[in-house]
Amino acid sequence: MLVYMALTREEVAKIAHLARLELTPEELDKYGHQLADILVYVDTLKKLDLTGVEPTAHVLSVTDRDRPDAITPGLDPDDIAKNAPEFRHGMVRVPRIMED
Amino acid sequence: MPDFETVIGLEVHVELATASKLFCGCPTKFGAPPNTHVCPVCLGLPGVLPVLNRQALEWSVMTGIALGCAISPRFKFDRKHYYYPDLPKNFQISQYDIPFALNGHLDLPSGRKVGITRVHLEEDAGKLIHEGAAGQIGGGTAALVDYNRTGIPLMEIVSEPDIRQPAEAAEYLKEIQKIVRYLRVSDGNMDEGSLRCDANISLRVMGETKLGAKVEIKNMNSFRGVERALEHEVIRQRELLLAGKVPAMETRLFDEESGETRSMRGKEQAHDYRYFPEPDLTPFTMSPERLEEIRKRIPELPAERLKKFQDAPFSLSEYDAQVLTADQKVGDYFEKVVANKASPKLASNWITTEFLALLKDSTLDALVAKVSPEEMAKMIILIENGTISGKIAKTVFPEMVKTGKTAEAIVKEQGLTQIADEGSLRTEVEKIVAANPKSIADYKAGKQQALGFLIGQVMKATQGKANPGIANKLVKEILEKL
Amino acid sequence: MPDPSGLSIHEAASLLGGGKISSEELTRSVFSRIKKHEPKIHAYLALTEAGALAQARESDQRRASGKTRGPLDGIPLGIKDNMCTLGTETTCASKILKGWIPPYDATVVRKLREAGAVFTGKLNLDEFAMGSSTENSAFGVTHNPWDLSRVPGGSSGGSAAAVSADLCLGALGSDTGGSIRQPAALCGVVGLKPTYGRVSRYGLVAFASSLDQIGPLAKDVEDAAIILEAIEGFDEKDSTSVKQPGNPVRPALGRGVKGMKFGVAKEWLAEGLDPEVRASFDTARQTLEKLGASFVEVSMPRQEFGLPVYYLIAPAEASSNLARYDGVRYGLRETGANIIEMYKKTRNAGFGPEVKRRIILGTFVLSAGYYDAYYLSALKARTILRKDYETALAQCDFLLSPATPTPAFKIGEKSGDPLQMYLSDIYTVSVNLAGLPGMVLPGGFSKGGLPIGIQLIGPAFREDVLFQAASALEKELGLAGKKPPLEGAGA
Repeated sequence: MLVYMALTREEVAKIAHLARLELTPEELDKYGHQLADILVYVDTLKKLDLTGVEPTAHVLSVTDRDRPDAITPGLDPDDIAKNAPEFRHGMVRVPRIMED
Repeated sequence: MPDFETVIGLEVHVELATASKLFCGCPTKFGAPPNTHVCPVCLGLPGVLPVLNRQALEWSVMTGIALGCAISPRFKFDRKHYYYPDLPKNFQISQYDIPFALNGHLDLPSGRKVGITRVHLEEDAGKLIHEGAAGQIGGGTAALVDYNRTGIPLMEIVSEPDIRQPAEAAEYLKEIQKIVRYLRVSDGNMDEGSLRCDANISLRVMGETKLGAKVEIKNMNSFRGVERALEHEVIRQRELLLAGKVPAMETRLFDEESGETRSMRGKEQAHDYRYFPEPDLTPFTMSPERLEEIRKRIPELPAERLKKFQDAPFSLSEYDAQVLTADQKVGDYFEKVVANKASPKLASNWITTEFLALLKDSTLDALVAKVSPEEMAKMIILIENGTISGKIAKTVFPEMVKTGKTAEAIVKEQGLTQIADEGSLRTEVEKIVAANPKSIADYKAGKQQALGFLIGQVMKATQGKANPGIANKLVKEILEKL
Repeated sequence: MPDPSGLSIHEAASLLGGGKISSEELTRSVFSRIKKHEPKIHAYLALTEAGALAQARESDQRRASGKTRGPLDGIPLGIKDNMCTLGTETTCASKILKGWIPPYDATVVRKLREAGAVFTGKLNLDEFAMGSSTENSAFGVTHNPWDLSRVPGGSSGGSAAAVSADLCLGALGSDTGGSIRQPAALCGVVGLKPTYGRVSRYGLVAFASSLDQIGPLAKDVEDAAIILEAIEGFDEKDSTSVKQPGNPVRPALGRGVKGMKFGVAKEWLAEGLDPEVRASFDTARQTLEKLGASFVEVSMPRQEFGLPVYYLIAPAEASSNLARYDGVRYGLRETGANIIEMYKKTRNAGFGPEVKRRIILGTFVLSAGYYDAYYLSALKARTILRKDYETALAQCDFLLSPATPTPAFKIGEKSGDPLQMYLSDIYTVSVNLAGLPGMVLPGGFSKGGLPIGIQLIGPAFREDVLFQAASALEKELGLAGKKPPLEGAGA
């Protein structure tokens, strides 16, 4: 079921990129090892027989929580401007976007 | 040279015209100043939580039913992760493996039956304006983000790859537009972005069942754009295949100006969206009772109405029926006119030509306010019973629009009642024939247009009020006698 | 009059009601104590003295015109710095949110404001609530008031330490895997993690959405009940908050435990449990039996899987919840030539190592190819653990367990080994996985004078059962009101 992984630097780098973290080679190694240790530990889950077991995505048995289609008060551009690192022409400004 | 088959599938996004956003109470109205329709929730501030808009859910289910889908009795939302500045949480709340609707179909008027794989609900992202290179992604020095659009409910309709022509793709899109407008769940405007389309297109040798290398096309912003983009793709891919090459599986952007598609800059990697069930929302259920209640709210759909108008008692041509079903309100108007005893054929003629022509200077609502279906019907009945001729009616109608007066009133005021009395017309016709000896001679010589000329004179002399049919009969009669 | 900062909430409410003290005096005495001891404890990330005094004065005015709002009116409370406070910086003890000022109040904060509470400031935590020692705070560790060389526990270390050292009369914390209960145990105070859904999460900066709950840290059981009643209840802004929160808790205090049954899972007392923790646990058990409750042995056969399941689910959800910290709209932004560089530089600079570690682990667990083996398996295992609790709780009214495997450890002792640190949560994580309520109260002391806690676990929405048992146990053990030996300690 679960697979023990010794994670390579490349694999850790790939995950880091997905999470938009850029790690130094040393960090890649360190996190790689720590990740592998944790995975070995959680690997113990394979002792459990999970056939036919429903996953618990929600611990409450509540369903259908919704709201009516009504407008409620919000914020104005000033509230964003106060916290935004860069704000211009009423909009948040970010560096140029490259396609990933 | 092998014969190729075009295989097209479309992903259509429809913005729902709910008053508020999908997960918060911010307004959804288009065109507000930037960042004025925002709140902590749609801005994805730390600590916020989503709460689903019931109306958005019900309207989506209604659309799913209208598209012939099976509605899941239980479904959930999932998080779809990717980083982009117009996506505040860097994940989108969407639906992954258990969407609310599956396995529908849309039959196009031209005959093609297009399967619908799934329909799901998700939140829209914000709008990016690129500083620097005009409107181009990747060329700008910076970007500006407007979050008004973040969180607006978006329905995604995914079709099976059943479309075989670029023109069919445009047709499919127009049908979707009609349906969502009839349902009143969306404005369906491509230019405002409430209707969007991405396409997947590939070619394969005719007879082959396996799908070819799929190319995704984005940035098509009009029906014509969709058609042009796909037409270009067919040519491009065909050339590659004939040269022994395989089109790359990639995403291409349509360039409006050149009519061509261009590969998106940078290596296209398969996204790992790391979907998992959205823990901040409960699962949702759709009982048969609730489903039935929603189904009851569905009005007559375009396809049904199209058929109805061609069947008795309307018995219109396919063309006329299409014009009258393009806009639900026009069809409603037509039905009301007919319900007020006007003949369907005449009503259809009048609405599709004179009435709709006025839309270039007015809105439909304003026109309907000026000329109610009851009054329209009454005018048409005046034509039908011979009180006025069709030609006269063409002057009466604009007067009705301008003044808001009834047809009867105008005919009375201006003395436009058709002269259908043979006796009084005969005298007039005799006078005119006698006054035109050349025409008599021409007619005797076999020139039919002399007849038309004389009838024209009769019409002129009677200010157009002579019943054309009777005038025609009388002129002929009198000429024959001579 | 003894130093008012040493009062419990109900004691202070009584004195306030009797006109013996004003809220302003009470608040001043708390801040005076803060000035004295906070430099060595560092429970707070921000102090809001001016605002607190203004709130205190308003409270006194209300009281003077007969418009007192309830037991919390005029009471100085601290708020863990991962709950949004309108107009007051909220950092989650992270550089990435340094300087962020929320434009809104968390629902629980709003409720406390409406209850008339006085806010002393924002309390320290492990960064983004990830940790068991508060050593992961980007702004310095909090010191355990019982032994300043030791950790207060985490992640609500600031809250537990502040309550323990009388630097506020009560506090809010949050608990995802034990973050209220474990520091409560290590600091000798009462801590409650309510049933999932009982208290609104709106405005709590999310760590693991399906596990997080806000709860009180307090000087005694009655105080915890007072705070819970003020913050609990359905919130339309939180889809996971529940409409019927459960039986009221204050009436349950003082009912006694005669006739109640409590269960102990044999797996919890395995070989190797710290003998002092064991001794304290045995005392608690014997005390309950003396008071008329009967013991039932139950089994939690898959106890050992709680931590692995937790360390799959929590980081996965965390990696998702923390994706929004990207330098775009708020918080830290490091410059970059393009947006991807900006994201990476910002997140690198803004997040500490534990947060990065959990984001990496969580991202891995959710990534294509691994989701089924890891995350999905964990969700299934979670179902099994929930059922085990149901089975155990079917045989008794509540469960009794140790709160932590050891008393407070030294600062730096476990921070080098993530796995060792994770093991501190061994008694607490499964309770979050099952969504059940868990309460910790002081059970005794180690020979070295360090607090040892006792945990009670109840059925969903039966906090009343926990309060009933805890108040009886507390009274008999007589440990409420024991203060840490800080020099110049009040009273």
